[in-house]
Amino acid sequence: MTSLHERQYEFAAALLDPTASIPSGLVGPDGRPSVRRFGVYRNNVIVGLVDALRGTYPAVCRLVGEEFFLAMARMYATQHPPESPVLISYGASFAGFLERFEPVKDLPYLPDVARMEYAWVESYHAEESEPLAVSTLETIAPEDLPGLRFHFHPSTRLVSSKYPALTIWRMNLGDIEPAEIALADSEAEEVLIVRPRSHVEVRGLLHSHALWIQQLIRGETVLSATASVLECISDFDPAAALVLLMESNAVKGLQLDPTNHLGRQNDAR
Amino acid sequence: MHSSKQNSFTKRMPYGAGVGLKAEHYARILEERPMMGFFEVHAENYMGPGGPPHRYLSEICRYYPLSIHGVGLSIGADSPLDLQHLKRLKALVDRYQPALFSEHLAWSSHNAGFFNDLLPVPYTNETLSRVVEHIDEVQEALGRRMLLENPSTYLAFEESTYAETDFIAEVAKRSGCGLLLDINNVFVACTNQQWNTAKYLKEYPLHSVEEIHLAGHADELDEFGRPLLIDSHDRPVDETVWQLYELAVAKIGHVPTLIEWDTELPDWPVLQREARRAEEILFSHAAEGAFCDLIA
Repeated sequence: MTSLHERQYEFAAALLDPTASIPSGLVGPDGRPSVRRFGVYRNNVIVGLVDALRGTYPAVCRLVGEEFFLAMARMYATQHPPESPVLISYGASFAGFLERFEPVKDLPYLPDVARMEYAWVESYHAEESEPLAVSTLETIAPEDLPGLRFHFHPSTRLVSSKYPALTIWRMNLGDIEPAEIALADSEAEEVLIVRPRSHVEVRGLLHSHALWIQQLIRGETVLSATASVLECISDFDPAAALVLLMESNAVKGLQLDPTNHLGRQNDAR
Repeated sequence: MHSSKQNSFTKRMPYGAGVGLKAEHYARILEERPMMGFFEVHAENYMGPGGPPHRYLSEICRYYPLSIHGVGLSIGADSPLDLQHLKRLKALVDRYQPALFSEHLAWSSHNAGFFNDLLPVPYTNETLSRVVEHIDEVQEALGRRMLLENPSTYLAFEESTYAETDFIAEVAKRSGCGLLLDINNVFVACTNQQWNTAKYLKEYPLHSVEEIHLAGHADELDEFGRPLLIDSHDRPVDETVWQLYELAVAKIGHVPTLIEWDTELPDWPVLQREARRAEEILFSHAAEGAFCDLIA
């Protein structure tokens, strides 16, 4: 008799390969095998995953059209079945898949729109944490500012695109009629996504602000982040960037640089 | 039997009919606080660390009893349970203390990954011991009794040696779990397998049933022209399923009943109407039962 192990091994192998013959011993009511019946399971598996992808990537779906999206998502789901039963995080590698997917090569911004949509979903489900009040900044002594590091809210995501991906994303959500965008004259766009409380907030950033926040997310101090942005963007205004960052509610805590602090104590002596 | 199978509910038991809780209806439910016996959620949809799903669910739980329904534990798999997933489930159950927790007689995970479907198992002694081991493990981990749901199936395994009803009865007896009787699944499986529904209900261990599911199905044919019903959860409950429900309730008495509608979601009033119809059946039979007790 076929063991449970063998049974599930064969079943699983035939599920994701529509060209595979169906395992023997799986029968309809009169003992006859039925491809159509096995096909219900094959279809359920894929349809459920495609639905999950459509839920996470509504703008990508609208950009390529529903029919095309379903076919593309089906290919992705077959090649990348989820590893976990928690489908709210399914599809993390979809943007990478789109990058390598020939038929969408003429939509170069598509992977970045997908990155933004996935970041939105991650932010939506991220751990709760109370953001730091903007007024906290007033308690920081000016001489402590350079050595400051930020702890970011768990829902903070920063996505950069060489294309106007944020504009395209926004135009393809809801019922707004998309307008033409001339890609050739358009600029790179960067976006900060935060869910400080119950709503996900999406902000377009100046390139310099995005670079600066990126450094801070990596754990750099204000001083070193500012220095590295000023290297490439001479008119960068760190004070404006700091206000924007605090107002975005992306910060949940501050940390003074202990070495800098110690230095100041020494100076005071 | 484990001592952990004793129920220790901190929340009210569901009474009457409930519906599956969908994000589309969160705000309306909190605004209008409609009459509803309980809400049920899919465990996996609340396994993110935070965010609106938890905010809404916590708020809704202040007013309604909750049932948590797992769809990803893969109790029927030959391979061991995913301990990470069991841990996530425990955290969720500990957090919300639902009145009911249920899972499926099915498998969905394999080395290749997670299949996101409830796949059927052969009804053999080998499967029986595996399923009972897994249920023991779940009940031990969660510190409570779980309910097991009967599957909707599209084909049969040649090696099966138990009738589905006998298999489920044996699982319940050995593991001490309760049962979630999905009447739509009964109708779907019986039609697809050409079993007799009345006989199925007669042989099903109704005394262990603590919850009922009702849902809609799609009506198709296989390549030989035989009826093939698909458990689609995308439309109203079928008239025959309502009749079977009435039969079951007449035998069981009051049992919390859930309307499952997962895709092609209708407007809220349509869901409410389905729940109300279940309650009418439920309460007419509960009243009959009470009357019988009175004159006995």
